[in-house]
Amino acid sequence: MENKKIVAFKLGEEEFGLDIDHVHSIERISQITRVPNAPAYIKGVMNLRGQITPIIDLQNILSKNQVAKTGRARILIANYNEMNLGFMVDQTSDVMDVGQDEIVSPSSNGLNFDYLNGIAQIGSRIIMLLNLDELMKFANN
Amino acid sequence: MDLNNYITMFIEESKEHLQTINDELLKLEIEPENITYINEIFRSAHTIKGMAGSMGFDDLATLTHQMENVLDLLRQSKLTITPEIMDIIFQCVDIIEKMVDDIEAGGTGKADVKDIVAKLTHAQNPDQSPPSVLAALNEVAVAIDMPIEDYHWSVINEAKKMGTNFYQVTVVLDENCVMKFVRAFMVLQLVEELGEMISIQPSIQEIEEDKIDNHFTLLMLSNFEAKDIEDKLLNVSEVKEIIISDKTKDNQAEKSETVKVEAEVPVKPSPETSDATATQKRSRTKSIRVDIDKLDGLMNLFSELIIDRGRLEQIARKTSATDLTETVEHMTRISTDLQGIILNMRMVPVEQVFNRFPRMVRDLAKDLNKKIQLIIEGAETELDRTVIDEIGDPLVHLLRNALDHGLESTEDRLASGKPEEGKLLLRAYHSGNHVFIEVADDGKGINREKVLNKAIEREVVSKDEAETLTDQEVYALLFSSGFSTADKISDISGRGVGLDVVKTKIESLGGVISIDSSPGKGSTFLIQLPMTLSIMYCMLIKLEEETYAIPFSSIVEITKLSQDQVVLIQNQKVMQLRGQIIPLVYLKEVLNVPTKESNIEQHQFIVIVRKGDKMVGIVVDSILGQQEIVLKSLGGFLNNLFAISGATILGNGEVALIIDSNQLIS
Repeated sequence: MENKKIVAFKLGEEEFGLDIDHVHSIERISQITRVPNAPAYIKGVMNLRGQITPIIDLQNILSKNQVAKTGRARILIANYNEMNLGFMVDQTSDVMDVGQDEIVSPSSNGLNFDYLNGIAQIGSRIIMLLNLDELMKFANN
Repeated sequence: MDLNNYITMFIEESKEHLQTINDELLKLEIEPENITYINEIFRSAHTIKGMAGSMGFDDLATLTHQMENVLDLLRQSKLTITPEIMDIIFQCVDIIEKMVDDIEAGGTGKADVKDIVAKLTHAQNPDQSPPSVLAALNEVAVAIDMPIEDYHWSVINEAKKMGTNFYQVTVVLDENCVMKFVRAFMVLQLVEELGEMISIQPSIQEIEEDKIDNHFTLLMLSNFEAKDIEDKLLNVSEVKEIIISDKTKDNQAEKSETVKVEAEVPVKPSPETSDATATQKRSRTKSIRVDIDKLDGLMNLFSELIIDRGRLEQIARKTSATDLTETVEHMTRISTDLQGIILNMRMVPVEQVFNRFPRMVRDLAKDLNKKIQLIIEGAETELDRTVIDEIGDPLVHLLRNALDHGLESTEDRLASGKPEEGKLLLRAYHSGNHVFIEVADDGKGINREKVLNKAIEREVVSKDEAETLTDQEVYALLFSSGFSTADKISDISGRGVGLDVVKTKIESLGGVISIDSSPGKGSTFLIQLPMTLSIMYCMLIKLEEETYAIPFSSIVEITKLSQDQVVLIQNQKVMQLRGQIIPLVYLKEVLNVPTKESNIEQHQFIVIVRKGDKMVGIVVDSILGQQEIVLKSLGGFLNNLFAISGATILGNGEVALIIDSNQLIS
């Protein structure tokens, strides 16, 4: 099986990965405008080179504890349904290759979440691979 | 050559010609004896036939060919115009339209044309075979010798000494050939490969401007045999015939004599071709077709520029360096002009939408058995392309509504002493920054009682309320959903979904619709539309730390209010403005703006906005000033947010949201 290229990032202490095909760019956090009456997981909108881009608070969706944003916080611009969406993450670690044999199905660990494609174990790191479509469906429920 | 490159051109031109045919047919119906209309129709039909033939749409070509034959007979008065023939031709046009639509949708343009072709053939007198004018023309044109200029002879004589042959070549293009100059250039390119061209008639320039009939003649020097040249040139598609005469033996003296003879006998193209070139000339104003996407791209880039301009203005104000301020001011002027041009480029005359109405009204009037005259005024009024694309359906609704409900039947009209023929007026005009479109009829007007009864029945208003409503308010009830006052539901309108849809559509375009009516005299629907949707003036306001934009178009005035001027009426905070009571909307609460301190300031700024005749005062923290902003969509992900219609990027790169004040009112 071919290797998968993923972008690994941290939310709090946990590490997540997103298929690099989905990732458009990684941006520093600039001014985000709050959007009134929008769903809670939407942090606001940002000016991404002249394009208004919604920014999504991943921590809100995954109901993690809010950690104060540090200077390493980034926005991961990903392509979803031909739109650009920005995901706030605490820190981007690296782009890495993940072999198919390093990925275990989430169900085998009793962590059965639809929005996970699998869990990669690389050395001592445990990276949860996100499924963007399922994640957004999950967010909207 | 790849035909796909030309298919868009084919579709657009076919549509233009179909429009011409439709227009002229309607005129012809009124004045059947006027031959110029038939000529116009004939020409357009002929062009469509030619194009369809060369693009390989055989069914379309066959149909237009038969239609052309009938038209030709009409033109020569060998056939008289009867309503039956008119109907057949209208049917033809409908079928052609369908085929062109099919081609546009990527289909083959195939359709069963047997029936209609049979009808057309039947309409023709079988004894009269259509004359092939063009074929006759070709033969006339071919036999002419080209004059040779004196200064060419030196070259020719030199070449003859070298044993090179000298030919006169006449190239006849297929009569259906659409882009003759392209073919001509392909031929000329080959000629250059085969030898040297001395001169050509008509001139290269005329060919470039497509001012050629279907043939042209050139003189060339070549080492090839006449037969070889002929074979090679015939390989160019749509070249019908090549006539080569070997002039190697000719000499200068003889030739110049021939020139004189030629000069006295100018080539006479048949009247029909000269007409055709005349129409071509008329339509060839200096313009180019540009993909709307490219214009959108230009617009987007320009809006980026406006944002930077705003930023520069801010910097200039802060630093107060004269040089910088002057440069920025100059840039502002230039970009304002540029903006005018760019917006103008996107403007299209409403004619594009209005064009299809005469035909629609005619058909509907026939179905309803009413006599109706449609008057169109101000079709040249221009609107932004994006608005044009959206305005068609609402107008169809209004026209259908006027035809069906507004105008009375012929008997009723006569009974009430009105002229038998109903009048329907469609008028467009500019006023300020807005475009108005008016649909007026001289029918029975809106029946106040009937509307009210219906409204009470549908529980839109209570009986008590109904008494107090003004006429305007009663008419406005027509726009509430699920409302149809027609007793009978007909095909044409009155499924109860009409007018509220119209209203929603117009409002989504940033427009307003109103009704005026007087019983027995008719009704008028007035639509007010913004000229463009992409750039607008806004007032920037602040709520705590957040900046929002309120479009100027809805703002009536801005005022200051001290806390003690706010009165509570039925749990609603209101203010008084010159004797008028205006409800207040606390924008901070509506938008859930996080507030730091709860102490309410003594003075508040109130932005008074209007929708129709309703007004509300929007309470804001402070006013930042006015700015020209570029409307940007929030994208598919964030739609239907309450009171937010879009977003814009401010000079400092921040995103500000645009307030939809209409939603705050209702």
